[in-house]
Amino acid sequence: MSRPCPLSGHRPKVGREKARVRVCRGGPRRRSGTPCLTSAAPSVHNRVRHGVLDLRIAIALLALWTLLSLPALAVERFPPPDFSNHQLPVTTVPPPQFAANPYVDVALLALALALASYLAIRRRSRRGLFLLTIASLVWFGFIRHGCICPVGSIQNVTLAIFDRAYAVPWAVAAFFALPILFTLFFGRTFCASVCPLGAVQELVALWPVKVPAWVDHSLGLLSYVYLGLGVLFSATGTAFLICRYDPFVGFFRLAASANMLIFGACFLVVGAFIGRPYCRYLCPYGALLRLVSRFSKWHVKIPPDECIRCRLCEDVCPYGAIREPTVATAVTERRRGRRRLAVLIGLAPLWIALGFWLGTRLEVPLSELHPTIRLADRIRQEQTGRVQGTIDASDAFRNTGRAPADLYRQALALSAMFRTAGGWFGAWVGLVVAAKLIHLSIRRQRNDYQPDRSGCVSCGRCFWYCPVEQAKQGWIQEVPGTGPLFGENSLPAEQAAGRKMDLSP
Amino acid sequence: MSHQQDIKRIMHRRAFVGNALRVAGALGIGGAVAGLTVRKGEGRPWVWQIDPSKCIACGNCATHCVLDESAVKCTHSFGMCGYCDLCTGYFHPEPIALNSGAENQLCPTGAIRRTFVEDPYFEYTIDERLCIGCGKCVKGCNTFGNGSLFLQVRHDRCQHCNECSIAIACPSQAYRRVPADQPYLLKLREAKG
Ligand code: SF4
Ligand code: SF4
Ligand code: SF4
Ligand code: SF4
Repeated sequence: MSRPCPLSGHRPKVGREKARVRVCRGGPRRRSGTPCLTSAAPSVHNRVRHGVLDLRIAIALLALWTLLSLPALAVERFPPPDFSNHQLPVTTVPPPQFAANPYVDVALLALALALASYLAIRRRSRRGLFLLTIASLVWFGFIRHGCICPVGSIQNVTLAIFDRAYAVPWAVAAFFALPILFTLFFGRTFCASVCPLGAVQELVALWPVKVPAWVDHSLGLLSYVYLGLGVLFSATGTAFLICRYDPFVGFFRLAASANMLIFGACFLVVGAFIGRPYCRYLCPYGALLRLVSRFSKWHVKIPPDECIRCRLCEDVCPYGAIREPTVATAVTERRRGRRRLAVLIGLAPLWIALGFWLGTRLEVPLSELHPTIRLADRIRQEQTGRVQGTIDASDAFRNTGRAPADLYRQALALSAMFRTAGGWFGAWVGLVVAAKLIHLSIRRQRNDYQPDRSGCVSCGRCFWYCPVEQAKQGWIQEVPGTGPLFGENSLPAEQAAGRKMDLSP
Repeated sequence: MSHQQDIKRIMHRRAFVGNALRVAGALGIGGAVAGLTVRKGEGRPWVWQIDPSKCIACGNCATHCVLDESAVKCTHSFGMCGYCDLCTGYFHPEPIALNSGAENQLCPTGAIRRTFVEDPYFEYTIDERLCIGCGKCVKGCNTFGNGSLFLQVRHDRCQHCNECSIAIACPSQAYRRVPADQPYLLKLREAKG
């Protein structure tokens, strides 16, 4: 039964003893019957009204009592009064405010994609693309704070696949699918002038240098690895890695941790010299679009008519996405190439198997990101005396009164999951490497300078500078001189550009 | 001549197959994503919320939000409150006097208003414009009081980041996604049994 208050001898009201506190989903629609938060606990005393000295004693006693009775989190120590003529205020629950209506957001995305595709492929207007880039940067970046974006939506879609409790919001699903669908038909026009991350980098690509092909190809693999990691961590419900390390979202929100701002600033500085470093070497969505773009129906075309091989486009592309015409190869060479290709295809399963095996070894570093595993590690270290003192997380765990063994069991199950997930991740990396090697060894025949369908972001610089295009648009009178302009005798870009001047009558 | 026609026919067939594959791919992607959306009829947005039963009021909520002024604020469940004269969420552990003098208050910004209701009861309300979500009052109330003060992500301020920055920093894994039409995890007093 009720114990008297140690200070005043007052007995708390009987019947309040069993009062419980529960957590309830609130909001416009309330649901009852959610599980209990704490167990019943007796109220120690009802009200302290004895002056400051007594207060201190009371607090000390209460502190002692609380310490002894952990893990009680919310306890009804003081029965709420029954007021006769006082209306309790209502706890306000303001509904979520979304900066834009999802219908508007998705409609604007579709509109921007359609406009970008039209400008890149039909109108062939670099100026139009550039203006659209700025508009997208302002709207999707600074006004909508760059969130939600298609790049991050990969994780929502993945989480929805693996977590039955999570259903991806339809607007996020649309953000994921629309750019892919447009890319399937028009190439990466999303990257050209809709993506806010691309837009920032587009604007700072001021003095681009040519990245050696082998560096470009190798670093380009990173984005597939990053895609794999992003999928792995969202599938396991660990983290949204891609959002966590989004280098530019901090600028869009004008708020981020110092580390992330420095990280973003580094990308901008590097981006002045190496065009779109995030797009080319990290962006996981770009990795997806690169794959899809290969099979696009239409794609930006550099010369509208016959290429005069002036190489201006190759010079002007900041992203190293222009492929030069191929030289005819000897039959023997071609035969050797075919044999090499067969070997590489035969080796592909080996790469994948090797990747899987190596991936399963990655269990420890991969699972380190999972908060539960980190906590279990910490608790074990504290218990075995390998570290001194506690941290907030371990204190919080102790307060729950859960047995460490229970936590360890959960952590072990998670580790096993990470071993499998790591294997799949490794297999993916193996597949990517194998596909890259195969792709590199396939010879294609090109007669013109052409944008590489996967690397090209459809920014429009190449055809803007193309003399054939300029003549067609009527910006210059005539296409500069023709002649044997490739191979040994090809004209350096500057000369070709100079010729354009000479030829005006 | 017939060679030319052959080439043309082949090109034609290729274009047709390509288009068919593209349309199939588009339908596949669209269908799969739409399927995920309508699964269980729940294509609604999700938002972040704090589970007050896990929160230990560590103070990270005040400092780790992407907003300069955190979207997390103290929330008061009035029905649970004891309306104490000595509110351990309001007063410093060793108050000089039980009045609203700033030196007696726990809240660093003076965001809690204390109003007299009837002897001996006082009501405590949070001024959200001042609250920074530091959780000091929450800790005080949980330790010595009824625990009627708790932290919640206030959704009129939250940006609904795809990954909440505080959730990453929360030591007690108190953050979780909740459906946007039930965006709060309130503490409520259960009917006495
Ligand atoms: S590669 Fe990625 S970051 Fe770059 S523009 Fe495309 S989607 Fe945006
Ligand atoms: S970070 Fe977590 S534990 Fe700390 S105050 Fe916020 S919700 Fe509570
Ligand atoms: S103590 Fe901190 S959480 Fe409580 S009302 Fe003041 S600012 Fe808000
Ligand atoms: S979702 Fe973003 S704005 Fe909302 S509380 Fe978390 S960090 Fe702050």
